Amino acid sequence: MEQLFFILLALLTLSAALMVVTTRNLLHAAFWLILVFFGIAGFFILLHAEFLAVVQVLIYIGAISTLIIFAIMLTRRIMDPQQPRFNSQWGLVGGLAALLFVVLAAVTTRVAWPTTSATLPAEPIKQLGADFVGVYAVPFEVASVLLVVAMIGAIIIARERG
Amino acid sequence: MDWINLILIPAIKSVVLVVVLLTGFAYLTWFERKLIGRFQQRIGPNRAWKFGLGHPIADALKMIFKEEIVPSYTDKVLFVLGPALAIAPALLIFAVIPVGPTLNLFGKEIPLVVADVNIGVLWVLAVAGLGTYGIVLGGWASNNKYSLLGALRTSSQMLSYELPMGILLIAVLLVYGTLNLNQIVTPLTPIPWYLRVWILLAFPFYFITMLAETGRKPFDFPETENELVAGFQTEYGSIKFALYYMTEYLHILGASGLAVTLFFGGWRGPFVDQFPILGLFYFAAKVLAMVFLFIWASASVPRPRYDQLLRFCWTFLFPISLVYMAVTAVLVVVM
Repeated sequence: MEQLFFILLALLTLSAALMVVTTRNLLHAAFWLILVFFGIAGFFILLHAEFLAVVQVLIYIGAISTLIIFAIMLTRRIMDPQQPRFNSQWGLVGGLAALLFVVLAAVTTRVAWPTTSATLPAEPIKQLGADFVGVYAVPFEVASVLLVVAMIGAIIIARERG
Repeated sequence: MDWINLILIPAIKSVVLVVVLLTGFAYLTWFERKLIGRFQQRIGPNRAWKFGLGHPIADALKMIFKEEIVPSYTDKVLFVLGPALAIAPALLIFAVIPVGPTLNLFGKEIPLVVADVNIGVLWVLAVAGLGTYGIVLGGWASNNKYSLLGALRTSSQMLSYELPMGILLIAVLLVYGTLNLNQIVTPLTPIPWYLRVWILLAFPFYFITMLAETGRKPFDFPETENELVAGFQTEYGSIKFALYYMTEYLHILGASGLAVTLFFGGWRGPFVDQFPILGLFYFAAKVLAMVFLFIWASASVPRPRYDQLLRFCWTFLFPISLVYMAVTAVLVVVM
């Protein structure tokens, strides 16, 4: 049963992802991207990570995609079929993508991933919160510094020059 | 008999919920028109049947039998998808809101919530965020400048007001210590009275964000009729327009249900312990009172300008909700 759902979800996610890069209409691409995010939220559900699934919907679909669509709607000529689909670098990028795929495939099939038989904590969200200010405090803080840097950068770019 | 608990009971609950919500929506329009009439010293709808109670049915029939028009030069698929994507999340919100205590029906314990999950509040936020897409999609697919402007306004308004709303929610959740809406109504450890009063202080600000998130007057910028004709729904007619209309009212009901659950004890009231069925009525009465607040605000407050709306959010609501959250966190730890 779980296998079946996994295959269905994988098909959905991959075909939506294919549509993102092949459709000529930027806005359609954005909506296909939202479907991809939904598929990934589905994978989190399959992995019993409900919190991550909801956060995936909340952040990626609720906020980031809205911003992407907002930006696209302010762009001209978004559904122009005359626009070329490829530019001069497509060969190089395609090669690099294929290489990345080979490396990832090799890694995922050869590494013996450790598994644990420990059960989930009763309140995973509480555990997550405690870990963020405990064991993983440093990576958490580094991520927030990165966000602050991005925010300052955005303000400097968007600031009116007078 | 696992499938009865897993599939049959949730399915029945969902169907009942959807039917109640859709009828509720129809009579909500009657309620609003009647109230607005009184606020403006008119009588309001009073032609069909007693007190105009037949108006919602007449409206619905009219909407269904109107000709279905899809304008040319629109993005046909997205144009039709828009209203559907708008209404589905609006209905989904109710899946986690407890409308009453656990009832004992036909020898079975039936909790009056479709999905009693640990991430209830997050679910509401996530699903409410999806609601934007129906409007943005419809506005963009209409291929009309007014619709596009309405859609753009919607997305920036929703994104902006989601922030203070989320932060106020975090503060409230800090007090309850759980994301499960059922446990918020019936906490495992009782919440001291001073914290309950402290939560209520956040309600006026939360209510403002609710008005903005549901796109209600005075913040109905997605459809400002004196600037944008009808905003994102300019090109929509017949049942597709009705779906958007429905979405707006379902959002009001959903937001009211969540606010009642978070701030006013959900279905709790006197004598609920003896007669659990009373909980349903308390919940309905509280939601109706909240809806009354919505309509009251729309009848009495004039609409600000669009830039004022965003400035108010970013320079007043957002900082004040951050301060509120910080103070709440200290209170919860110290007290």
